[in-house]
Amino acid sequence: MITTVAIILDGFGFAAWLFLSSVGLTLIYGVMRILNISHGGFYALGAYSAAWAVGLYTQTGNTIALTYLIIPLAAIIVGTLTGLLVERGLLRFMYGHEEVLMVLVTYAVFLILEDATKLIWGTESYVAYQPAYWLGTIDVAGIPYTIYKFLIIGTALAVGAGLYWGLNRTRAGKLLLVVIHDREVSAALGINVTLFFTVTFVIGTTLGALGGALTAPEISVVPGIGAEVIVMAFAVIVIGGMGSVGGAMIGAVIVGFARALSVHLYPPIEMFSIYLVMAMVLAIKPYGLFALAEGRKI
Amino acid sequence: MKFFDKTEWSLLYALPVLIILLFVLPTWLVNYVQVSMGMGLVALAVMIQMRAGLVSFGQGLYFCIGGYTAGMASKFWNISDIFVIFAIAIVATLVVAGVLGFLLRRYREIFFAMLTLAVSMILFALLSSSHELGSTDGFNLPQASYLGWRPEGETAGATLFILTAILTLACAILINRFLRGPIGKIIEAIRENELRVEYLGASAHVSVHILYMVAAVISAIGGVLWAMALGHVTPEMANWTTSGQFVFIVILAGTGNVFAPLIGTLILEVLRVYAVEISPNTWQMILGTVMLLTIVFLPKGLWSLFEGFVKRLSSKEPAA
Repeated sequence: MITTVAIILDGFGFAAWLFLSSVGLTLIYGVMRILNISHGGFYALGAYSAAWAVGLYTQTGNTIALTYLIIPLAAIIVGTLTGLLVERGLLRFMYGHEEVLMVLVTYAVFLILEDATKLIWGTESYVAYQPAYWLGTIDVAGIPYTIYKFLIIGTALAVGAGLYWGLNRTRAGKLLLVVIHDREVSAALGINVTLFFTVTFVIGTTLGALGGALTAPEISVVPGIGAEVIVMAFAVIVIGGMGSVGGAMIGAVIVGFARALSVHLYPPIEMFSIYLVMAMVLAIKPYGLFALAEGRKI
Repeated sequence: MKFFDKTEWSLLYALPVLIILLFVLPTWLVNYVQVSMGMGLVALAVMIQMRAGLVSFGQGLYFCIGGYTAGMASKFWNISDIFVIFAIAIVATLVVAGVLGFLLRRYREIFFAMLTLAVSMILFALLSSSHELGSTDGFNLPQASYLGWRPEGETAGATLFILTAILTLACAILINRFLRGPIGKIIEAIRENELRVEYLGASAHVSVHILYMVAAVISAIGGVLWAMALGHVTPEMANWTTSGQFVFIVILAGTGNVFAPLIGTLILEVLRVYAVEISPNTWQMILGTVMLLTIVFLPKGLWSLFEGFVKRLSSKEPAA
């Protein structure tokens, strides 16, 4: 009984983190057909800036409550500015190249961001446990569970709902779906495709930074976290079908529960449970569960 | 009938040059040349896949299999004979690549890139969490023996260097043959238009599968040579950031010739020594910037500059 509850709690906890870290990747791919390897770099930027800002703030001795504002704010500022810089300064000149070349371009951006992070924050680790610690724990069927995790689960749900609403219920979102469907025709219809690309890219990178920032209080922020997260995030979005936001959510839940199950039932396979699930899904559906249909080039 | 083409003759000439270098250059530089030959084979493997339009972000998988086979053979089974190690590494690689090929040959473009990455990360995760194999620290390798002969000290280093040179150049010649052969032609056609290849009666899946296995084998050979040269293996060999460097080498050097990735690796390794010394935290930034510049201004890599230079020379000759 206790194991079951623990698996369910941890499953949703992992899933929320996975969704937040990967939804930006799938959004950018869906709209721009760019698999953004630098997503990991944005995740690290978000984590570092949040941990650094929280560290500065807690030194002043004021109430911890404000850090819950500082964390997303840090992520939004750093994600938006850096995202704008990368898209306006580099990527827009590369549109129209093969998808695989764009992978290499964003890989180069990833390398640059990694070192930029090291230059700004050094190589030592940053710890900002206060926001997670301050909320304390709650008993769920006899298991103490950090309330901060619920906050992350709530944020993940809010981000998912917000994206769903934005894409399906607003004018801009509907226009974006047109752009996804056919870039040239939508440009001919008078839609400002360039603007949509810029905005999508910035939203995607900000989400990546937010994923990192929200995780920062639970981990120690060290160099290399960006390289790890990109692999996880890719597995999640490939299971759901690349470019599908709903798919990313389902992929995150599947991977999250696979990991929670292995942690509690058979720990040795924890590290590759994620790949195991991915291999199983791809063996049945080669392009993921909710992949967009592709035409064949003759 | 000429048995060797121009590239192959150059590769043959390179052997005595390398052996002379062994005695002329200072030891630390010889080490870099040796290490780059091992890595160069992996870059070569990435290069031949790039010819088919396939970017492998997980070539470190086979690099690592090679290295760990060499290590485990001596650690667990007490085998230090380098030829036996090569045999085990090649068989292991053929099995792994043969099985994985069935999954990967269906994918192209980003899917191929990211799935090769994911597969290599499985090995990375496995090795990092295995305590018998020293987890993330890896372990040391003893010195190699050659058919019962166990050289010591400087002779050992020189023997391994010469063997490395012979194997690297032999692999390069074989790969050059492979690229000029039927599958080499088919894979270039696959990059252009896969469906038409199928219409012409060739199987794209089978060709990609064979290509993948060939690339895997030379990566494993590179891995054994690299591990033997360094005397140490770590799971980092399978990390995707390692594989990314091989991709970088090929982007920079170009896919025009089998020489390009080998020389590219050497240049990169020597540059790295200085860059890391001058400013340790900007090496990746330099790599990233150079990569972007290459993609934008020199899409066919440095080799295209060299080719253009040679062409200009030969077109001037008849006039003069």
